[in-house]
Amino acid sequence: MSATLLVILTLLPLAGAAVLALRPEGQARTVALWTTLLALGAAGVAMVQFRWDHGADMQGVGRLEWAPSLGLSLSVGADSVAMLLIGLTALLGPICVYASFTAIEHRRRTYYGWLLVLQSAMTGVFCARDLVLFYTCFEFTLVPMYILISLYGSTNRKKAATKFFLYTFTGSVLTLAGLLFVVWFNATQLVPTDGPGAGKWTFDIGALQHAAVRMSSGQQAWVLAAMMAGFAVKVPLFPLHTWLPLAHTEAPTAGSVILAGVLLKLGTYGMYRFVLPFVPSAVVEYAPFLAVLCIMGIVYAGLICWVQEDVKKLVAYSSVSHLGFCILGMVALNQIGLAGSVLYMVNHGLSTGALFLLIGMMYERYHTRSMREVGGLAAKMPIWATFMVFFAMASVALPGLNGFVSEFMCLMGAFQADSEFVRAGQVGATRGVLGPVYAAVAGTGIIVAAMYLLMMVGKMCFGPLREPHAHHAHESHAPPVLPPDLSAREIVILLPLAALCLVLGLYPRPVLQTLEAPTTRAVDWVWEHAGVRGAPLAPQGGRP
Amino acid sequence: MIERLSLLYPEIVLFLGACLVMVIGLSPKREVRSLCGFASAGSLLIAGLLAINTSAGNTTPLPGLLPYVKAILAGVGLLLVLLLSGVVDRRDEEEIAAGRRAFSAMRSNRAEFHAFFLFSLMGAMLCATADDLIWLFLALELTSLPTYVMVAVSTRGTRAQEAGVKYFFLGALGAGIFLYGFALLYGGTGSTNLAQIARELARQGAAGDINPIAMAGLMLAVVGVSFKIAAVPMHFYTPDVYQGAAAPVSAMLAFVPKTAGFVTILTLVSCAGWSYGFVDGRDVYGAGFALPAELRIALWVIAALTMTVGNVMAVLQTSIKRMLGYSSVAHSGYMLVGVLAGAAAGEESGYSFAQSGVAAVLFYLLVYGVGNLGAFAVLASMERRNPDGELVEADEFGDVRGLCRSSPLAGWTMVLSALSLLGLPPLLGFFGKFGLFSAGIAAGDYALVVILGLNSAIAAFYYLRLVAVSLLDEPQGSTYAPTTILARPLAGAVSALGVIVLIAFAEPLMQAATKAGRVAPMTLGVSPEGVRRAQTTELPEPGTGDRGAPSGAPAPEGEHDGAGH
Repeated sequence: MSATLLVILTLLPLAGAAVLALRPEGQARTVALWTTLLALGAAGVAMVQFRWDHGADMQGVGRLEWAPSLGLSLSVGADSVAMLLIGLTALLGPICVYASFTAIEHRRRTYYGWLLVLQSAMTGVFCARDLVLFYTCFEFTLVPMYILISLYGSTNRKKAATKFFLYTFTGSVLTLAGLLFVVWFNATQLVPTDGPGAGKWTFDIGALQHAAVRMSSGQQAWVLAAMMAGFAVKVPLFPLHTWLPLAHTEAPTAGSVILAGVLLKLGTYGMYRFVLPFVPSAVVEYAPFLAVLCIMGIVYAGLICWVQEDVKKLVAYSSVSHLGFCILGMVALNQIGLAGSVLYMVNHGLSTGALFLLIGMMYERYHTRSMREVGGLAAKMPIWATFMVFFAMASVALPGLNGFVSEFMCLMGAFQADSEFVRAGQVGATRGVLGPVYAAVAGTGIIVAAMYLLMMVGKMCFGPLREPHAHHAHESHAPPVLPPDLSAREIVILLPLAALCLVLGLYPRPVLQTLEAPTTRAVDWVWEHAGVRGAPLAPQGGRP
Repeated sequence: MIERLSLLYPEIVLFLGACLVMVIGLSPKREVRSLCGFASAGSLLIAGLLAINTSAGNTTPLPGLLPYVKAILAGVGLLLVLLLSGVVDRRDEEEIAAGRRAFSAMRSNRAEFHAFFLFSLMGAMLCATADDLIWLFLALELTSLPTYVMVAVSTRGTRAQEAGVKYFFLGALGAGIFLYGFALLYGGTGSTNLAQIARELARQGAAGDINPIAMAGLMLAVVGVSFKIAAVPMHFYTPDVYQGAAAPVSAMLAFVPKTAGFVTILTLVSCAGWSYGFVDGRDVYGAGFALPAELRIALWVIAALTMTVGNVMAVLQTSIKRMLGYSSVAHSGYMLVGVLAGAAAGEESGYSFAQSGVAAVLFYLLVYGVGNLGAFAVLASMERRNPDGELVEADEFGDVRGLCRSSPLAGWTMVLSALSLLGLPPLLGFFGKFGLFSAGIAAGDYALVVILGLNSAIAAFYYLRLVAVSLLDEPQGSTYAPTTILARPLAGAVSALGVIVLIAFAEPLMQAATKAGRVAPMTLGVSPEGVRRAQTTELPEPGTGDRGAPSGAPAPEGEHDGAGH
């Protein structure tokens, strides 16, 4: 895979947006759909060319010097983790466009244009091998999302959009300060063996990584705090999650899908790409703290879901709960947990994205999201109900579907991650600072998830049919008459997601294989540079 | 003498241009009168070209300042000429054109207006050329005096006059303060020559402590000049004056006096600090390279307060002009972070733009000038007639509602300018702020950098509101129409284009700023041992920074303060 392909992948949607701006309003949908399909095709080519057996290596590396005074360059590259997320972004692109065909009636050019710009920015984040490119794309996702929510959202959209923007912007400005500190630190390192870029003012992520680990533990702690200020808001981690339910609820369907599918992953990806390699000793030190936040998020958000009657809000809070598992797996700091965490990013994008699509389809027909007003839809919309049950099960982590594999791996990782057990010679234990207690408490989150998602499925799909009273009045003046059950277009949208959920649930092996190398390398890097805590562990007398 | 004169060529050209404008602006012939703007633009163009070719040959501690500062003044000045067209005499000209009355040289003030504009720019350029306190004072006053008049005559009605009077009295107060400071500085160092002052302050610092009179003089000078840059505690006039004056004049106030003020502050501060490290040509960046503690603390507090007060007050405004006024205060606060961070070392040091606070400030002046001009240009190009038949510019947030749909050019100019001022990547403003961030971190001023970051987030509130109102709202209820003076939206469009296109030229611009921000190596005339003894931190080996030593924890804030004296 060449660097050109990655650049094309990033710029293609942007070019599509430019074309779209010049075409008449009526062609907006077609142009957007073709652009995203083209991008999906390009991503397909990239994924075929990608050498998955060398998943840990950066492939398609390219570099263009831009402003050497500031150490700026444009450099791209992707390992298998980035490639999977690039693929997810490219897949959700046409799905979001196609799903908006009937939902968006006014100012279509603006809508599809910004949707395409958003896709460019998100792809750019995953391709970036340069801090400035990463940060530029990371920040720039805010503008399209802000516009999508505040123009096309529901009643409370302005407040939701502003809250979303301010929350994320504040966090990421602090992230910038932290990242710049690393850059400056690297520039002051003059020992040539430190790494390729030591002593130079560079933003190359690979070069910075070597210098960053030499920071003292106090410095690492501050840098960790600064980075987490941005990433934890984006994920969102427990006390910083309050923007998310509002933004999700108010966003248009495609906005919610992108938000859940990819935008939240920018935070977890940022943690994978920067927090683990840059500040290993601080991560090891504060992993229990982060894990406790994750667990609080898992349980607390799960309980909130249980009492929701707005179905979209329920799924939004379930994202908070689910991403808690994802981060828990990451801070377990062992291979299985990290691989599970990366897989979780993809799986959550598929299943939660699909749930938001389903709710959007229901909303287009009934104009309500309240479970008190609609319910028992299996009688009227059997196909919709089938998909609903399927994706809810994927989200609950039913064995055989994708959610199970990653959730299990994350919990497993947390369970095994206890250095004390390694010292005691426990078989299967890995080095780490969590342990069975963390996994056990987090495990209750699975039960809570089953409770609220099954409750949702029960109310929405089964039981006596409930429809809002004003339903027919609404339908009469809605120009595109939607069939009672899903149309062929809507089924086409959902099928690829369902297929992937099933494939990743039944046969996750190829993905796990390719994730093994990068995650192993990342975990080894952490422990190798974790200072005293990273010292080799010798079993103090194995079991008899 | 002749070589020194060559430094002044841009100013001389502007002076001649101003004289020319004053004459042709009084011509009874309409065609000749209308050449005023072209004459101003032409002289600015020539001055800019001359400035680029000026060799950096001043004797102050920042010898490279001239070409860069003069070039950006001329460049943004060209846009300002476009924007300023039709500010003072539009109604008169309309009446004359309609034949309602004849041209009267006594009533026309176009000539003075343009000439004053050129004089003000000339003063700002002179600030960079000045190598003496007297010159510096005269240059600063030359920058400000014309602007008082420009504010007062910019629109009819009492508001502009009130603004003019307020601006004048506070300006006079500021001038009094810094003149007093200059006098004390002379008393404390025995010279009005900046290079000699720098040497004398360095000698005093190396010997023990800076003369308290000189230190008081420095402080007063900095506080006085903070009027020009609209920094706390001299910022109170900003919103009233920006609102009272016509938008093009406000755009000028936000750039020309601010540039002059920052050039002055940089020059003064460079006399007192940063350059201690250059002993025997050794580059000791990062050690003992600090400002005197008193000055440092004062600047630190001013910077933190300026950003915070400016941003918090800007959030509360309903008038865009007042909001931009307070944001102008905030941007000065950002730039003071760069002033604190200090200068890059000499030619051979290898330190780049990213580590030089002075270069970051100089670059940010351009970034801010371009972005801010766009926002004011949009306001200047939306107007309506009030019941008296006077043309009124857009000012409230509601006036630009749905601008992107009703007049896309103005709307997008507003959106791009606001986002650039906010510092959103990948627009030009981001790189400006990026430079300040990295310079602050390189100087070890983490607390201030965090304050800067949080302030950028506060700024998101009101810039985002500007974007949302003009981009997202439906155009309704706005009685404003695009102006008939096409030069104004053109100026806005050029500046909006600038925040995108200049990114591609960021590298040469940053290099020019870095070159401009280099401190001249200085020999103190005392033994290096004497200097070393006085420095609390030990000089590291050439090229090793001490503050980021691999094993060391971040150095506490106070460690550098005492260094150097």
